[in-house]
Amino acid sequence: MTDETAKQAQQTVLSERLAVLRKNKAFIVGAAILCFWALSAIFGKLIARYDQDFMDYEYINSAPSGKYWFGTDSNGRDVYSRVIIGSRIILVISFLATLLGAFLGASLGLAAGYLKGKFDMVLMRILEAISAIPVIIIALLAVAAIGRSSSIITILIIGFIFTPNVARTVRAAVLGESELEYVAAAKLRTEKTAHILFREVLPNVLPTLIVEFTVRLGYAIFAVATLSFLGAGLEAGSPDWGTQVADTWSLIFTNVWWPTLFPSLAIASVAVSINLISDALLEVFEL
Amino acid sequence: MNTTPTLELRNLEVAYTVRGIDRQVLRDVSFAIAPGEAYGLVGESGCGKSTAAFAAMRYLPRNGKITKGSILFEGQDIVDINEDAVAKLRRSAISMVYQNPATALNPTIRIGKQIAEVFELNGVSSSDAMMMAEQALTRVQIADPARVLRRYAHQLSGGMAQRVVIAMALASNPRLLVMDEPTTGLDATVEAEVLDLVRELRRDTGTAVLFISHNLGVIRNMCDRVGVLYAGALVEQGATSDLFSNPSHPYTVGLLRCIPRGGLHKSTDRLDTIPGTPPALGLKFDGCVFAARCALADDKCRTQLPQMVTINGAHVARCFHSDKASSLPRSVEQIEYAPQVTGHSTKVGDALLNISHLSKVFTQDGHKVRVINDVSLTLGVGETLGLVGESGSGKTTIAKLLLGLTPPEEGGVVTLDGKGLAKTLNRRDVADVGAMQIVFQNPDQALNRRHSVTRIVGRAVERLRKFSLADAIARAHELLSGMRVEASLHSVRPVQLSGGLKQRVAISRAFAGAPQLVVCDEPTSALDVSVQAAILNLLVDLQKQDKTSFIFISHDLGVVRYISDRIAVLYLGRVVEFGTSQRVFSGPFHPYTEALLSSVPNIDGSTRKRIPLTGSVPSPSNPPSGCVLNPRCPRKAGSGYETLCETEEPNLNEVEPGHFMRCHIPMAKLKQLQS
Repeated sequence: MTDETAKQAQQTVLSERLAVLRKNKAFIVGAAILCFWALSAIFGKLIARYDQDFMDYEYINSAPSGKYWFGTDSNGRDVYSRVIIGSRIILVISFLATLLGAFLGASLGLAAGYLKGKFDMVLMRILEAISAIPVIIIALLAVAAIGRSSSIITILIIGFIFTPNVARTVRAAVLGESELEYVAAAKLRTEKTAHILFREVLPNVLPTLIVEFTVRLGYAIFAVATLSFLGAGLEAGSPDWGTQVADTWSLIFTNVWWPTLFPSLAIASVAVSINLISDALLEVFEL
Repeated sequence: MNTTPTLELRNLEVAYTVRGIDRQVLRDVSFAIAPGEAYGLVGESGCGKSTAAFAAMRYLPRNGKITKGSILFEGQDIVDINEDAVAKLRRSAISMVYQNPATALNPTIRIGKQIAEVFELNGVSSSDAMMMAEQALTRVQIADPARVLRRYAHQLSGGMAQRVVIAMALASNPRLLVMDEPTTGLDATVEAEVLDLVRELRRDTGTAVLFISHNLGVIRNMCDRVGVLYAGALVEQGATSDLFSNPSHPYTVGLLRCIPRGGLHKSTDRLDTIPGTPPALGLKFDGCVFAARCALADDKCRTQLPQMVTINGAHVARCFHSDKASSLPRSVEQIEYAPQVTGHSTKVGDALLNISHLSKVFTQDGHKVRVINDVSLTLGVGETLGLVGESGSGKTTIAKLLLGLTPPEEGGVVTLDGKGLAKTLNRRDVADVGAMQIVFQNPDQALNRRHSVTRIVGRAVERLRKFSLADAIARAHELLSGMRVEASLHSVRPVQLSGGLKQRVAISRAFAGAPQLVVCDEPTSALDVSVQAAILNLLVDLQKQDKTSFIFISHDLGVVRYISDRIAVLYLGRVVEFGTSQRVFSGPFHPYTEALLSSVPNIDGSTRKRIPLTGSVPSPSNPPSGCVLNPRCPRKAGSGYETLCETEEPNLNEVEPGHFMRCHIPMAKLKQLQS
């Protein structure tokens, strides 16, 4: 193959893949939904129609209408604006929590999969023990022990909880990789272990890590919402979706369903969009 | 005699949809196989051999489709028949033997049940089916079939597993047997046995066979007629003897010339190559598919599609210049490579490597397994030591011990250029590490697929020669260009390179530290023959320029013979024969070497007697007493040394100057037995 054709081939493969991706309906739908929420998170105040704390006492628990598209809650606050503005909190917290989990998990997984032996044995047993305890219980215990809840604490808790799963996935990928001869080749040019782990092996397990990241991100959305719902998440009264559901769900029995339904739909739509995107990426990039 | 062919492909065209685009993989392929005939399809990887086989079974992958033409099975077109009819056909009339027997068998079901299933599908009661399964195993000459029936696939050796697969394929008494590279993953000795078996079965059953292989020697020995595929087009077809004696398409001519055969040696002969690389999948052609790589091509070839031309009777070639094909100009590439400044003043032949009493014991399920047993070898500057032996003989383990990737047992000493090397890599200094490098078998795994070519080679120069980054990159580019990896490819990642180019990058990396010794572990076994020839030429050139020594590991005796100055034959972790290439290959041979040599399918078409090795390689955890070869030795019986062979392990004796052998039977006696 001459140099030119090889380069062309490389560009063709990528452009063909992108073409397939652009035709993938699941990807388009997922990306559109996520883009919408990303824009909401960034420009929330511009898209929202009212301030998240503005209370209209004329319209308490009023049904969706032209004035209040998603209706109002028991404090007369616009549900639509709160859902839009609330997206920033949940997206940022979920993203940071997943990032923390992915970082810790990837580091431990790399070390365990590459070093093998006793280190691997002990570490994996500890991580298994952690993942054996139900997520909610760990979270509630942590909040109880610390004595208060905040977004930083939510991030830390979810990050730690995700660590074992990420570590297990990365370790499995590293076990396969470290048998490959490029690792031996790196040793044969006197590379240090840290270099081999982070510069040689890590880039090759990155696709696995990215997929794991998107899957975890989907779970993180639920986890943040659940913790907020249980009151172990963010400060009460914040427009975060989980807190909104927690604050309003009892109204369903009085037929005031809109303050609960719309934040719930928002949670579901983000989770679904992330899954659609990760599925499409998996398929198109043949991972 | 029945005149309807068992299988006939008529103008068959197949396309695969890859990343949303249809790519043609078979172009107007037509051939027919008569009942009882063996038809061979040969060609390099990606030429469409397997696609043709799968199409014949109506078993194309989901993204594959037949776009034109017909497939006739006993006169009936099977392109459009429904799934039920296809299933019936596969159940009772067409069977397939796959390349990898280990994955063709279900690992969770006992062998007996798997074979019996085939009979049950054809309406036999389950009790009868098990009995018939046993008979089926007897038919493929498996010893102790009753026991094999109760085993699982992983408990069988490769050769046994392939026999089981063949037994299953034959269970339905098929009229057509499709064999897709049935012996490619097997050792030469096992391959020879399996091929013998197929030949016998074919004689007994009269089944028509579509035999697919990249190995011209195997095809020559197995088939009545041959078709040569290139880029999805059938370029030549004819009776085996006609085609091999008078190849009439430039591609066939080139392919045959690439193979290191019959006593060629690097000191006198340079291998031919086929310039260029096969076209990308699904490329469209106006003219001949081979024109871009053909030295005879003219404007007509590039613009007009050649038709099949009759050479002699049924021997046809798709070429405008078939009459001139045999005079195809020779193609030999020269490297432009700047010799390394290494400062070694030794001259070719001076002692470089000395291995003494190297052993390795692995612990397996609590048992100690001695995989390398007291190996001592020597190698001179600028020479090549060929390591040969069946899989499991310890070739690759020796390489790992030398490189320090695995520490040897106490007592084993490796000296390079007079200096003792530390047992493990991390205790060797940079100079020692750089002095001994390796080219791995599979460049896909040996090159980090996330790094650019420059980075892969440059980093090795930087670490091993302590160059600054800029100097290292400059040197990397120099090395790569010298090994004919063009400048514009230096920034790409390995995945964008062809197999041959990847291996050139791997060789560049091995030479980054100005090595004195490079271990080549099956460096060409994953490559097509034309690419193999180019890589072998490159290695020979490098050796001449740098006085680099090689340890060349290969299961291909033709390749080893071509490139080696000395040969060590290994069996069960022991050196059984060691000497200069000439001595080892001219005989008298160690009985094991003799059997190995005789099992290579001969491309020259001459028949020769095969010296069979009975049974399979014993486990190193429980080696036979006496000489480890004795239960399989073809020369033990009747030699007069039976008792000695069974009780006492022979030493590696110098039987003539520079020729060592581990055998109780004296040279004179061996000579007499082997004449």
